[in-house]
Amino acid sequence: MKLMYDFFTGQLGLDATGANISVASVMAVIMFTVMALCAIVLTWMERKVAGFMQSRYGPMYTGRFHGWAQAVADMLKILGKEDIIPAESDKGLFKFAPILVLLGSLLAWAAIPWAPDFVAADFDLGLFYIFAVSSLVVIGILMAGWASNNKWALYGAARGAAQMISYEIPLALAAVPVVMRAGSLNPSDIVIAQQGGIWHWNINPITNPFLFIAFFMYFIASIAETNRGPFDMPETESELVAGYHTEYTGMRFAFFFLAEYANLFLVSMIAAMVFLGGWWAPIPVLDRFIPPALSFIIKGMLLVFLNMWVRWTLPRVRVDQLMHLCWKVMIPVSLLCVVGAGVWMMALGQLK
Amino acid sequence: MASESTRVNVPGAVSGNGWHDQDHVPGIKSELLELNMGPQHPATHGVLRLLLQTDGEIVYKVTPVLGYLHRCAEKIAEGVNYKQWVVYTDRFDYLAPMCCNHAYVTAVEKLMGQEVPERAEHIRVAVAELSRIASHLIALATFGLDMGAWTPLLYCFREREEILNLLERISGGRMLYNYMIPGGVRYDVPNDNWVADVLDFVDLMEHNKLPEYNTLLTYNKIFIERTADVGVIDAATALDYGCTGPVLRGSGVDFDCRRDDPYSVYHKFDWQVQVGRGEMGTLGDCWDRYIVRAREIEQSCRLIRQALQQLPEGSYQALALKAIVKAPAGAAYTRVESAKGELGHYIISDGGQTAFRNKVRSPSFCNLQVVEKVGVGQMVSDLVALVGSLDIVLGEIDR
Repeated sequence: MKLMYDFFTGQLGLDATGANISVASVMAVIMFTVMALCAIVLTWMERKVAGFMQSRYGPMYTGRFHGWAQAVADMLKILGKEDIIPAESDKGLFKFAPILVLLGSLLAWAAIPWAPDFVAADFDLGLFYIFAVSSLVVIGILMAGWASNNKWALYGAARGAAQMISYEIPLALAAVPVVMRAGSLNPSDIVIAQQGGIWHWNINPITNPFLFIAFFMYFIASIAETNRGPFDMPETESELVAGYHTEYTGMRFAFFFLAEYANLFLVSMIAAMVFLGGWWAPIPVLDRFIPPALSFIIKGMLLVFLNMWVRWTLPRVRVDQLMHLCWKVMIPVSLLCVVGAGVWMMALGQLK
Repeated sequence: MASESTRVNVPGAVSGNGWHDQDHVPGIKSELLELNMGPQHPATHGVLRLLLQTDGEIVYKVTPVLGYLHRCAEKIAEGVNYKQWVVYTDRFDYLAPMCCNHAYVTAVEKLMGQEVPERAEHIRVAVAELSRIASHLIALATFGLDMGAWTPLLYCFREREEILNLLERISGGRMLYNYMIPGGVRYDVPNDNWVADVLDFVDLMEHNKLPEYNTLLTYNKIFIERTADVGVIDAATALDYGCTGPVLRGSGVDFDCRRDDPYSVYHKFDWQVQVGRGEMGTLGDCWDRYIVRAREIEQSCRLIRQALQQLPEGSYQALALKAIVKAPAGAAYTRVESAKGELGHYIISDGGQTAFRNKVRSPSFCNLQVVEKVGVGQMVSDLVALVGSLDIVLGEIDR
């Protein structure tokens, strides 16, 4: 980041404001590209993983090699689809909702540290900011369901709102022990605190068993947060037709779709960053060979795979069971993790 | 979680007047939300329309609206001759057409007093049971899908594909067979090792595939949470509403036409009727109906094995049968245990080439009616589970 800043001030002779704006623009473009790209890759990956789980192939033809271009072709197709806005809908909200949903996951990328000193917005409240903006998605979903003027969509939206707001709590609580351990909310600091191989990652149950439990709490909550199976209440194909995006077509539908995968990738990357050592390779020696960003993305992708694995294996829970799980199981356990991790660190003198 | 029943007391729910025009919050009038589930809806297994009155997630009234797939099959029976109408029975329960063929031809044979060769009866039992397995596989698969489990769907369809291949080899059709005729079956068992292949498949199904489904779906914790204690149909209700088949047996009533009103050669074979036992929750819940089907697949495997191993030599059609058959004046009713339940045919003949009247008693039609009673007070998700566990097929309901 400093390099880029220096490039703009030094080589191009911009003043501080101009350089900051330039850096922000470049990062925004990079982030958006990465996000769009990852959504496309993940769509393809999901179909291949699903095929693998279900003893079939998935896409095989488009682009010759294992249908790699299928997602691209789908995107092009969906661009050409008619954009239908229901006559009775609240048109302004209807148009704005997909943008808001996408925005929620897009904004959060700003604070993800991809590599040492490569983060769009390196600030001390980073982790807090990520959780805060990613809850914008809830508003978008509620908006979409309400504006569609469709009862199924409203059902999906109401379920989605209840679910996502509830699961924000264990999601954030699970990250608290990590913040306590790193002594900072800055994502970069959290990653730097885990330097030194797999032994020093936050997930290590021997250093602190409560962090180990917190990882699973985070993982389960993140599945619910991204509205994916077995917690896909807002969509529930077999109950609510398509949930909150029942009435959406064409590019607006694609926005929801993109947002789902961007969100999936986002929560996996946060998990990799917070619990799995971010950009550090498992063995310190490997850090010299593997680019940090690659190491980070591989971890994220493994978690995405795990997420898909869960989705294609388990049936869906019912909406009240989902709430039960959140409020009566996950929140107490997460709170216990916070307290337990604190006591553990105090006892072993690990507190910063 | 399952112990917390989601059933609520609904005052006057069946008449639908309990909730209307009540002021729950003073000054604010609340009313039920009317919701059309279907005719195009992923959980209704065809073009079924359920008219729901809901308060949030709780269903207060369910009204099945039928008739979207009506094809006048019974009226057509008055215009085409007995052999020609077999093809329409295929379209009833298109997931188990062999059972529907069987139901009709037994009625015609009873009317005509026609004897059927032993070999034909064995082949009929084998193909009807294969069809039953195929139908139950779809039932398990789509029920799993209603619960949000995608993968078992593909697994079940993979095995069903094998059955379709086998039935294609014997009848020429993959889905609609038109295979049985009054007095026998249309074609003999093919010479290309068909019997051995069926026996192989049955072994595979019983020893390999069913345990796979059990691991993946049946004993899955979430699946049990979703289905145990949900949509409980007690034995009295099941009998009152005329439920038959796995729905009735899931409620603990030990009744199966194949054993209790024997037709064909079922009495020769050694097998057991499967009854729900309320293992995971209340007797008659969705899980019981599911497991009855899963266990019936096993029993069907046993039946097929015996029917084909004891396959007698001889003719597969009654030789005396002409191209156009006439039935003497009179009436006949027979019932068989189709995959969905008791499928009955009541045929009145005036002595001509066609039936004077042909009334079909279809199991799905009767089984579906129970949602009106049991669906009340459930959550929307549970209603989906209930309808899924009834395993209705709309081709049979609307005929």
